[in-house]
Amino acid sequence: MPLVRHSKAEIVVFGERPVINLENVAYSYGGGELLSDITLKLQPGSFHFLTGPSGSGKTTLMKLCYGALTATSGQVTLFEEDVRGMSRDDLALIRRRIGVVHQDCQFLDHLSVAENISLPLMVSGRDDLKQSANLKELINWVGLSPRAGALPPELSGGERQRAALARAVIMSPDVVLADEPTGNIDWEMSQRLLRLLIELNQMGRTILIATHDLALIRAVKTQVQARVLRISKRRLHLAGADL
Amino acid sequence: MSLRASLVHFIAGDPQAARVVPPTGFTVWLTLFSAAAMAFLAVFALALSLATGRLAERWGSELARSSTVRISAPAGQMAAQTETALKLLKTTKGVARARALDADEQSALLEPWFGPGLAIDALPIPQLIEIIEEGEGFDAMGLRLRLAAEVPGAVLDDHTRWRRPLVQAAARLRLLGWLSLLLIGGATAAMITLAAKAALAANAQVISVLRLVGARDSYIARAFMRRFTWRSFIGAVLGVALGCGAIAMLPAADPGGGFLTGLGFQGLHWLIPLIIPPLAAFAGFVATRGAARKTLKEMP
Ligand SMILES: Nc1ncnc2c1ncn2[C@@H]1O[C@H](COP(=O)(O)OP(=O)(O)OP(=O)(O)O)[C@@H](O)[C@H]1O
Ligand SMILES: [Mg+2]
Repeated sequence: MPLVRHSKAEIVVFGERPVINLENVAYSYGGGELLSDITLKLQPGSFHFLTGPSGSGKTTLMKLCYGALTATSGQVTLFEEDVRGMSRDDLALIRRRIGVVHQDCQFLDHLSVAENISLPLMVSGRDDLKQSANLKELINWVGLSPRAGALPPELSGGERQRAALARAVIMSPDVVLADEPTGNIDWEMSQRLLRLLIELNQMGRTILIATHDLALIRAVKTQVQARVLRISKRRLHLAGADL
Repeated sequence: MSLRASLVHFIAGDPQAARVVPPTGFTVWLTLFSAAAMAFLAVFALALSLATGRLAERWGSELARSSTVRISAPAGQMAAQTETALKLLKTTKGVARARALDADEQSALLEPWFGPGLAIDALPIPQLIEIIEEGEGFDAMGLRLRLAAEVPGAVLDDHTRWRRPLVQAAARLRLLGWLSLLLIGGATAAMITLAAKAALAANAQVISVLRLVGARDSYIARAFMRRFTWRSFIGAVLGVALGCGAIAMLPAADPGGGFLTGLGFQGLHWLIPLIIPPLAAFAGFVATRGAARKTLKEMP
């Protein structure tokens, strides 16, 4: 039986239990509150954009969504488990179900691009032959085949973002959180990466993308049903239909 | 995870895992160097313990037959004086046995000086009586006085008795050798702990990437443990090789040699230093495991 809920941020959701659920969450880095009273429910299979001025807290909100930060108040549940009660090991298992593209794309600089992309497989012990075929295909998909053997410091900004996206999706995670994944990428390549995310979404994956790029949002909205969330004045709003 | 379980997991686990830790940084050299230096010292401590052990044993057994009575008397009185001296010795407290050496034994003692085939009867050589002590030994002063009174030609020679405190010292020295080995092991573990902590702190970014992609802390800890265990082992192998080489190059020990020339390994004892690298590796394993668990727990 699908539920209907009215959250404080007026985000009305239908369907099953949310995979990521923030309830009245506030966060501060020590000074004043950066985010206040945030309620966000990401239903399985939903596609969301997150926008807002620079410094409004998009990255911070993303970090709350994968347990890298702990809310100063309110409740965060990931796959129906409260982050506060999680051990480090629980969190590690959750991270395998959430693919993250960091805004500043960190890699292990002493390993090749291909090894970095397959890192999630490696650390979860799924580093087998069957996966290596997928790995090649994926590297090809993001257009990094010629750079697969390079070291991350040798990559351009756009190449780093593509590698980060490939690393985020290689485990075929339930949720993909991408922070400015197309910041340094030309229009054509960003369309291509978005297709990958849209395909994942059509396979039932949950997607949340933080971006400033309104053209990108419009392009996606012609292909899938996507909601646009906006952070302003410390709160989360559902953006109007004009986007 | 218990130490045993984590050791098994460590040995059986994915050897690729160590690669997620960068192979560079000053901690590589710190670990290699301290393991090598400590293994080098351990070889000497080991050699010291074994050598003092041998020395104590040898001196100890020499002590048991350390004294002799020498009787110089005109040919006619020799037998009578020897008889008296033996009787006297039998009633002396601290003497287990006293025995007059026969002609063959005496000529064997003289052979190094005069060569074989010595016609001993033709020479006016003194008669020797070997004394085997028991318990605390005899009172040398009292025995001398009694001998002087009853056997005019007798001289008590207890020249090796001065070694008695030295045997005790040698035993003590051996104990100190073993203690040094323990201290060296402890210092190695402490240094590797520091090196591992420094490496973990220097690789905070690596750790955050690994956590981002879903690595458990135990996986991260194992990666560091592999690196450090391996480095401790390699360092210790180098140190042992150098230490053994240095000992092999010490001047050759003559069999009855003094203390310094006796420092070294004999025969199968050369194999004993081979246990140092595995022990160093184990120390590295335990030290890094402790450091990694603690540091990872404290990292945000
Ligand atoms: N670790 C931190 N400690 C203290 N303040 C921080 C920290 N990280 C971020 N901030 C501050 O919090 C605010 C929000 O940062 P955040 O990175 O979430 O913004 P953002 O919306 O992602 O910005 P952008 O669009 O530029 O990426 C900023 O003012 C930033 O300076
Ligand atoms: Mg940001």
